[in-house]
Amino acid sequence: MGGPNLRERIEHRFGGRVRDGGLPDGMQTFLVDPDLVVELCQFFKDDPELRFDFLSDICGVDYYPEEDRFEVVYHLYSIAFRWRVRIKCRSGDPPKVPSVVGVWRTANWHEREIYDMYGIVFEDHPDLRRIYMWDEFEGYPMRKDFPVRGYKDAYNPFGDEKTAAAPSDTGGGER
Amino acid sequence: MPIDYLPVFLMVGAVSVLALAILFVSSLVRPSNPYPEKNRPYECGVDHWGEASAGMFKVHYFVIAILFVVFDVETMFLFPWAVVLEEIGLFGYIEMFVFIFLLLVGFVYAWAKGALDWES
Amino acid sequence: MGKLENRFPDNVFFSTADSLINWGRKSALWPETFGIACCAIEMISAGCSRYDLDRFGIVFRASPRQSDVMIIAGTVTKKFAPVVRRLYDQMPEPRWVIAMGTCAISGGVYNTYAVVQGSELIVPVDVHVPGCPPRPEALMHGFVLLQEQIQRTHVLRRGGPEHAAVS
Repeated sequence: MGGPNLRERIEHRFGGRVRDGGLPDGMQTFLVDPDLVVELCQFFKDDPELRFDFLSDICGVDYYPEEDRFEVVYHLYSIAFRWRVRIKCRSGDPPKVPSVVGVWRTANWHEREIYDMYGIVFEDHPDLRRIYMWDEFEGYPMRKDFPVRGYKDAYNPFGDEKTAAAPSDTGGGER
Repeated sequence: MPIDYLPVFLMVGAVSVLALAILFVSSLVRPSNPYPEKNRPYECGVDHWGEASAGMFKVHYFVIAILFVVFDVETMFLFPWAVVLEEIGLFGYIEMFVFIFLLLVGFVYAWAKGALDWES
Repeated sequence: MGKLENRFPDNVFFSTADSLINWGRKSALWPETFGIACCAIEMISAGCSRYDLDRFGIVFRASPRQSDVMIIAGTVTKKFAPVVRRLYDQMPEPRWVIAMGTCAISGGVYNTYAVVQGSELIVPVDVHVPGCPPRPEALMHGFVLLQEQIQRTHVLRRGGPEHAAVS
């Protein structure tokens, strides 16, 4: 839920570049392209009428086999006004999204998690490396084409066999 | 009389013999299977890191310990002196101050040389 | 190996000596507190006052160097598996392992990319205690089974179903 003038303020500031995504689950949603994400988030945080100073969550979504496969969803919360808003940002394959670490410091680990699980690379991230899986792990587990049971190895005799089509990129360090 | 302490010496002897016998019997029965992984130092299951892991630790611990021993012995001498102070009178009083002064010279030297600084 | 292990015939003297040694070993099983996930809660409550484990001589030790038995309580992930193996290696012999809960026995519900499908793939396990999580009484039953297994061990005697627990 945003204030009564949330959509108008965004419309006034960004025009048609930020699209209205409706109110799924009662939360005002905005759709934006990757190059405008940081500016939009900075506006949400700094504007005195909005003051979305708390980044609740960043999630990743995989819409395989649709065209723009990856999506990054930001959930913002305003502690002063107790409003919530959602920002969705679609990105193609290979996915590159600017990092919002400069806006909210907490985005650091959220973006590391999305990188670990989906392989979405966040530009200008100070420390982009895996956070759940071990550094030499190959593949991105939450993608729709990654097998749930994982690949067969010494610890997992029930996993799928690794085929040539499987992604074999290690996410150990910054690309 | 030293002979009065005979039960104590017997007790010490019996306890030592018993302890050594128990340890010896244990050593015959228990398994002994050292291998490299078992002999590694324990650090909650992960690899070692930090200064002490590579064998580098501060030599300063040794310096402080040596200084402590010296001044602790000096303090040890102060106790019997304090007990017999009345008997040895003014002469004994001045003599102890001379002793302390000599050690004080060494203390000032150590302080000035930086032996008491923790950061090297 | 100890100098006297596994070299005597199975007669009344050595079987009595063995039962004495095994009685000593089974009556003071000191586990390493190795609670990884939810089964740790049941392990803790088994050690608390209602389902007291202390009356079996079981005193939880924090360090593997001072423990006899390792209770793997919880899901072992692949990232954590080398740590489990190293902690097992750092326990002095004789040592035993109890796999508590289905995740430790077989990976449990988690047949996924990140979970080891059974701690048997990492360490040799003596007793499996199934459950999700097993009740404290089930863990006590697991300890009783382990004690019976220790009692049957041939320490001084040759042969037998289980040699002195070394691996």
